[in-house]
Amino acid sequence: MTATQVLERDTLDSVAARIRSHVVDMCAGPEGGHLGGAFSCADVLAALYFSVLNVDPQRPDDPDRDRFLLSKGHAAVGLYATLAERGFFPVEELTGYGRPGSRLMGHPVRAVPGVEMPTGSLGHGLALGCGFALAARYAGRDARSFVLLGDGELQEGSVWEAAIAAASLRLDRLVAVVDRNGLQLTGSTEGIAPMEPLADRWRSFGWAVRDVDGHDPSQLADHLGATPWEPGKPSVLIARTVKGQGLPFLAGRSASHYVTLSPRNHARAVRALRATEATG
Amino acid sequence: MSRATREAYRDSLLPLLKQHPELMCLDSDTGLFNAEYAATAGDQYLNLGIAEHNLMGMAAGMAACGRVPFVNTMAAFATSRALEAIKIDIAYNRLPVRIMATHGGLAAGHLGPTHQALEDLAVMRVLPGMTVVVPADAAATEAFVEQSLNLSGPLYVRLGRKPSPPLPAAPPPVIGQAQTLRQGGDVVLASCGPYPVLACLAAADVLAGQGIEATVLNMHTLRPFDAETLVAAARPASLVVTLEEHWRSGGLGGAVTETLAEAAPTRVLRLGMPDQFVDEVGNQEHLVAHYDLTAERVVKTVRTALDTAARSGRPDREVVTT
Repeated sequence: MTATQVLERDTLDSVAARIRSHVVDMCAGPEGGHLGGAFSCADVLAALYFSVLNVDPQRPDDPDRDRFLLSKGHAAVGLYATLAERGFFPVEELTGYGRPGSRLMGHPVRAVPGVEMPTGSLGHGLALGCGFALAARYAGRDARSFVLLGDGELQEGSVWEAAIAAASLRLDRLVAVVDRNGLQLTGSTEGIAPMEPLADRWRSFGWAVRDVDGHDPSQLADHLGATPWEPGKPSVLIARTVKGQGLPFLAGRSASHYVTLSPRNHARAVRALRATEATG
Repeated sequence: MSRATREAYRDSLLPLLKQHPELMCLDSDTGLFNAEYAATAGDQYLNLGIAEHNLMGMAAGMAACGRVPFVNTMAAFATSRALEAIKIDIAYNRLPVRIMATHGGLAAGHLGPTHQALEDLAVMRVLPGMTVVVPADAAATEAFVEQSLNLSGPLYVRLGRKPSPPLPAAPPPVIGQAQTLRQGGDVVLASCGPYPVLACLAAADVLAGQGIEATVLNMHTLRPFDAETLVAAARPASLVVTLEEHWRSGGLGGAVTETLAEAAPTRVLRLGMPDQFVDEVGNQEHLVAHYDLTAERVVKTVRTALDTAARSGRPDREVVTT
């Protein structure tokens, strides 16, 4: 089933809501999870997997597929929820997350259908994406490569090594998305290592840049679907997001970074998501 | 004729690139490949600049899409600076990236400890699935580059810098199989890399003149390690001596002691770089002599150990400090 067919019975907003709902359930498991960063990028993931990416769960190894890498691998719970919703594996499997015997580890592993490469140590994804994009060019394929980066992750120097390479090689089928939620484990990114003016930084490295609301999946899909924005340049979408978006008691707080939801807080979270859905 | 192993690699790669369109040569501005080479190799050669982590990551990404990259950098930078990318992006995914690491051991000479790699073998041989080879001369380098076409996983090749002498005639080297360069029943001399292997051969000549027969093994593949050949040689011998251009821990001596501790009750003495960073100027030959990674040292080590054992009726337990 193509993404368009999937969406005939759905909307990107409702997909994002279901991703968040799965994440809440997973974070109520024994190990908890990186809820905040999974919530901030849920709309990006919905836009990519249900509108933009040319992927087919029935043919995960199709050489012509678009490739996606979650460079901020700690948001694995968000990726697992997205891949399950998109049909790469049964949604029921999500209940095994973090439990002994499950393949759903705390960071993405290749054993999970739809995961291109294991990630988790920060600063690796963009170089891998450059490799994907370069190989696709050599093979004469139109496939695009998408890499989702955390904004804290931009503190890793290897990100900028890859940013230099992508621009110098004119990899215009490479698209980076920065989940700009402004928070990392112990506080604000700007308090710890200021990164603004972020768009200018990327621009100065030779990238085409757009700076948008990261919680409007339709708009995100429009932008990401239209890449490359400038011929010969890689594209970076700075998605302005809120960590823990949609959960009033966690949104915008660095405490949402890693959460193990107690039964009480799980119930609170489920109620909050229902309320958001009802009003949204 | 003396020839640098890194040049042998460079020269053997070009014809392979022409025959195999999936191969890539990804460079980190090492200077090994000149403009003429780059022109001949066409778009199969790319200089990605001085960014080793990105080099390994891009190579992994390309390998995941069906390419087979040879990446060029210095051993020190590959295995220290870019180690995490090698571990996670290449080894974890078992991708066929060929890490062609020049300036191995003391080959960087006067360039100093920043450019010398005396830990690389220890680091690379613990990574699951990583094949680790140390060609002892130019011919072996050519053989290993050719044989790499049949390897599905990652490969680390430790190369030199300046010309080094060829080994005397020996059976062709095969990745994964130790080369027995000389047979003898008394002691085993095991080494890898150009100068150590030649030193062991020279030491065996001297020892033979003194009535001690040595088996000389070129253990050019540290992973997968040819335990069978080593154990068979060591079992009847009273002593095994290892020699390498590497700190004494974790490299060839490490592989030999691990293997023999489990499989054969033979004493092992490890010779290598002392536990320090190089502290004086010198080319590779000078440093090898200065830090006593020599035939004379091997002879002395064997003689001392055997004499002490004969006097006391039991093997010498004194710790050898280098």
